[in-house]
Amino acid sequence: MSPRLGRLAVIATAAGAFSGLFGVGGGTIIVPLLMLWLGYGYREATGTSLAAIVVIGALAAGMHGLYGNVDVLDALLIGLPAVAGVVAGAALQQRLPVRAVAGGFALLLVASAIALIA
Amino acid sequence: MDGADLAGALAIGFAAGMSSGLLGIGGGVLFVPGLVLFLGEGQLEAEATSLLAVAIVALVGAWRQHGYGNVRLRDGLIVGGLAPVGVALGVVMANSVSERALELGFAAVQLYFAWELAQRALRPDRAAAEQEPEG
Repeated sequence: MSPRLGRLAVIATAAGAFSGLFGVGGGTIIVPLLMLWLGYGYREATGTSLAAIVVIGALAAGMHGLYGNVDVLDALLIGLPAVAGVVAGAALQQRLPVRAVAGGFALLLVASAIALIA
Repeated sequence: MDGADLAGALAIGFAAGMSSGLLGIGGGVLFVPGLVLFLGEGQLEAEATSLLAVAIVALVGAWRQHGYGNVRLRDGLIVGGLAPVGVALGVVMANSVSERALELGFAAVQLYFAWELAQRALRPDRAAAEQEPEG
């Protein structure tokens, strides 16, 4: 296994463990590790993180669906405005300075850490 | 569900999507409380339902970001495809390490990441200039 593939495997394992343990938050692990460890720029780290989350979310939702815990109507009710939000957010991200959004991400990490500690 | 709950669900959904597009996260951190507070779901059902919304939002977000040239698809699919290994590891950890230790450990990791990213964000021009063409 190449070192790069090894790093991707470690990122995947850490993100999976985090989201498995706490229910949310794979992206808060994936984005910083792609940047700090694989030299990604901020925008491509977030874009690639979303591609990974598609797979993680679909697999996990499918498993939960088998147990009958997924309310599809509610998922659409909260997910469709979110689709509008993500289109707007991704467009806005291209126009904002990388420093500003990366700084925002650092604040998200601090908030998430506080939520874990509290 | 009354009108206020519906408005709340729509607003928190939009905010979750916005966060997803800007920050590259799934949005579950907002979906889960939104489903509990406004749509009356229990915690387990909310976490399960959130994951479907996350998959939908991430799919659209990844598609948009792909259009902007910001997705390395192969890397993303490797991370997504191998993540279930981590989920299984997480279950083992949950049963062998105290929950408090796990919370503190992951919080420490996130604070370290925040420190590193903040340093990059605050560092004067050279690093930012290096990053701009990539992004």
